[in-house]
Amino acid sequence: MTTTSQSLPKRHLSLRQQDARIAWLLLVPSLIVILGVTLWPVISTFILSFYNAPTGINQARTFVGLANYIEMLSDQTFWETIGRTVYFTVVSVGLELLLGLSVAQLIHSHPWGWQFMRFSLIIPWAVPTIVNGAMWRWIYSADFGALNGVLMQFGLIKHYVSWLSMPDMAMNLVIVADVWHTMPFVALILQAALATLPGELEEAAAVDGANAFQRFWYIRLPQLRPAILVALIVRTVDAFRVFDIVYIITAGGPAFKTITITYLTYLYSFSYGKQGTGAALSFLISIFTIIMAFVYIRFLYKPEENQ
Amino acid sequence: MRKRKSIFNQKFSRNLLMFLLSIPVLLFIFAPILWLFSASLSTQVELFTVPPHWIPDHPTFQNYLDIFFPSEAVSSVPRTFAVSLLNSFKIASVVTLICLVFGSLAAYALVRIPFKFNHTIQIGILGLRMIPEISLVIPLFILASSLQLINKPIVLVITYMSFALPYAIWMMAAFFQAVPVELEEAARLDGCSRLGILFRIVIPISVPGLISTAMFVFLVAWDEFFFALIFTSTLDAKTVPVAIAEFIGRYVVNVNGMMAGGILAALPPVLLALIFQRYIVSGLSAGAVKG
Repeated sequence: MTTTSQSLPKRHLSLRQQDARIAWLLLVPSLIVILGVTLWPVISTFILSFYNAPTGINQARTFVGLANYIEMLSDQTFWETIGRTVYFTVVSVGLELLLGLSVAQLIHSHPWGWQFMRFSLIIPWAVPTIVNGAMWRWIYSADFGALNGVLMQFGLIKHYVSWLSMPDMAMNLVIVADVWHTMPFVALILQAALATLPGELEEAAAVDGANAFQRFWYIRLPQLRPAILVALIVRTVDAFRVFDIVYIITAGGPAFKTITITYLTYLYSFSYGKQGTGAALSFLISIFTIIMAFVYIRFLYKPEENQ
Repeated sequence: MRKRKSIFNQKFSRNLLMFLLSIPVLLFIFAPILWLFSASLSTQVELFTVPPHWIPDHPTFQNYLDIFFPSEAVSSVPRTFAVSLLNSFKIASVVTLICLVFGSLAAYALVRIPFKFNHTIQIGILGLRMIPEISLVIPLFILASSLQLINKPIVLVITYMSFALPYAIWMMAAFFQAVPVELEEAARLDGCSRLGILFRIVIPISVPGLISTAMFVFLVAWDEFFFALIFTSTLDAKTVPVAIAEFIGRYVVNVNGMMAGGILAALPPVLLALIFQRYIVSGLSAGAVKG
């Protein structure tokens, strides 16, 4: 009796310790990889941002303190680029949410062919970003593009327009291409969320005389909040670092009017040969990402579910 | 009777309205893709017409043949496209495999074994997952250059881990969570070890989740452009997105080649996604990452 009661807690403890050892063993491969390809480069980039680091071989780095940051933060181009990136993010994420929610509602109302529509949404989502960009680039083409062709055939324009060389238009056209590619992601997430909502609340509200808009605004939308937040945060982080689609459709043109913050960082790091400035810029992008990550964790990570 | 009929009419007109509303949506989805496909079947001459030939008068598979069976006259860009398709396949497959193995081990430990830093590591992985590629690329590029790894497929496999592995861990953790704890406890009482539980109970039950994870990781690896652009330029490791970007040459754009290449590049992920479509929604909610 006494021996068992003494040995039991001891054995229990050693089991826990054993468990902890197994846990670390299971984690080691992933942790090594993550430390090597994510944590080390982030820290290294941060350190680099305090140096003047020309790209050339054997060119010495010199410590410059906050000079890279000061150079950027006092540069008109930087702020214009931030403004442009924020414009892209707000407009494209806004459109995606609006359209995605509408399409999700449409599918949820189960009209004829709704299954086909849900099936179709997968296609633009799965098309690679670069293919999407190449496709829209050709659609917008000034000489033989489909956009010009359609508008001409409907008599909306008299002669072909060089859409992508219009500074105010180019970014909006990139946004359209981005919305085509990513709206289905939002629609699929929201449609899945809609399908799990219990209908009783809305039915009860209908009996109490709430109209369709009131039922949507006061009952359905609040219930959709978690799904909308997931879509919103994931898309915002993604849109803010946009690069691929701009690179392929406009290459930053016309006259730098579609250069986004990631693009500017890419230019500093790999074209202008100023890696220190590039590092400072990319750290500024990281700060934004860290803030968004914090919001994400705060709103969506529920530790009690993960234990 | 009359009332029932009016309810039927109401339902019918609502259904009709929704159906009519879905037509522009379907048009928005399909028009660009169909135009891409039509262009890929056109000759250069027919593509460069005003107004456009929406359906080519003389459809041809020549653009595809130029990619797979290039004659001497074909320029180097389409000629090398097939090689980059193969590169993409190899790289995305290896990334997927490593992520599944490493990721399932890590995810199990995080979900089911309580230990001191469990929580910290979870938050760390979630946070690091959101770090943009641009914040990693300079040190990785300097290191890869000094190790002479530029233009080697291995450099893409390694760097793709930065976004693919945390993503895979996070997704699989969500799926493993759904495995009933009671099953594990029963197995432990029967003397099954932690690893035994993982391989005999948790993984077999989570097969749909693993398929979903594999598909998502393959898709993001196939889609990746930024690292591929920085780290590869020769045929040894160049992936499909870089090859497509190269169709836009310095002076001329090889449009019909680019369109055929685009269809070929889109086919594997689109087919994968359509075949495994029932895993997509669960994967989207579990990982919520590919935009």
